[in-house]
Amino acid sequence: MTMRIGVVTFPGSLDDGDAARAVRLAGAEAVRLWHADPDLHGVDAVVLPGGFSYGDYLRCGAIARFSPAMGSIIDAANGGLPVLGICNGFQILCEAHLLPGALTRNQHLHFRNRDQWLKVESTSTAWTGTFTDGQEILIPVKNGEGCYVADQRTLDELEAEGRVVARYIRGNPNGSQRDIAAITNARGNVVGIMPHPEHAVEALTGPSLDGLGLFASVLAHLAGKSAAVPA
Amino acid sequence: MARVVVDVMLKPEILDPQGQAVANALPRLDVTDVTSVRIGRRIELEFSGDADLDRVREIADKLLANPVIEDFTIHAGEQVKA
Repeated sequence: MTMRIGVVTFPGSLDDGDAARAVRLAGAEAVRLWHADPDLHGVDAVVLPGGFSYGDYLRCGAIARFSPAMGSIIDAANGGLPVLGICNGFQILCEAHLLPGALTRNQHLHFRNRDQWLKVESTSTAWTGTFTDGQEILIPVKNGEGCYVADQRTLDELEAEGRVVARYIRGNPNGSQRDIAAITNARGNVVGIMPHPEHAVEALTGPSLDGLGLFASVLAHLAGKSAAVPA
Repeated sequence: MARVVVDVMLKPEILDPQGQAVANALPRLDVTDVTSVRIGRRIELEFSGDADLDRVREIADKLLANPVIEDFTIHAGEQVKA
């Protein structure tokens, strides 16, 4: 059966179309979810796309976090639903306390957009299972508030529990602490990533096809789970 | 009507790049004795009746500030002429 992956549109989202396209290219059905609708329409996983939900008023993700769709997503994520937050989606996941820490203004105050090398450091999440440990991938980064911060205790905890999913290599585009580009929750089903895997899924428009790996990973994860359930 | 002011500031240990950029620009105005600049946000809430400060605290903690990186202070008692 074709997996159904929801992509939420908030007011101001701008990468929801790309995320839905990436989902389709990976072989799943993309289900468009609306921020004001608390019904998740039975999707098998959810992507919170990048963009500027509510124009980043107040703080990035602060207002989006209280949308009806997020209420349902927070409950479902706590129950194990795979959720991927990309860029602004990562910020929303932090504001929703599904992931620790916060994203702040880039240290140099400049908006950064460029193709960025990352090192995958955890392949035990729902979204990174098809990568190999230490694999280097190239996907675009584009953010003004992508500097990941958390207190030292939280950072140490993330490192000790293997919850740093990816790190920037060959340059840190925003000053993120310990070069962190992506993290996961304790259960491994919720991942926040600042660069944009959905922009690296086609040779025509991206620097690589490395981004497809995240979407392929969640499909493999879901297939493994359904196979494990006795018929 | 009651007005409550909530001041939100980045916690001292969080780098404030905006404040730092301003601090670096001050010498151009021949200001050389400012050692630190921190930039925050002032939010004014007007209530139709009396303000319940416990509720304001909750609003500030949940939405106006992100307690992971920001502190807030609440100033009450400003009367607003209708």
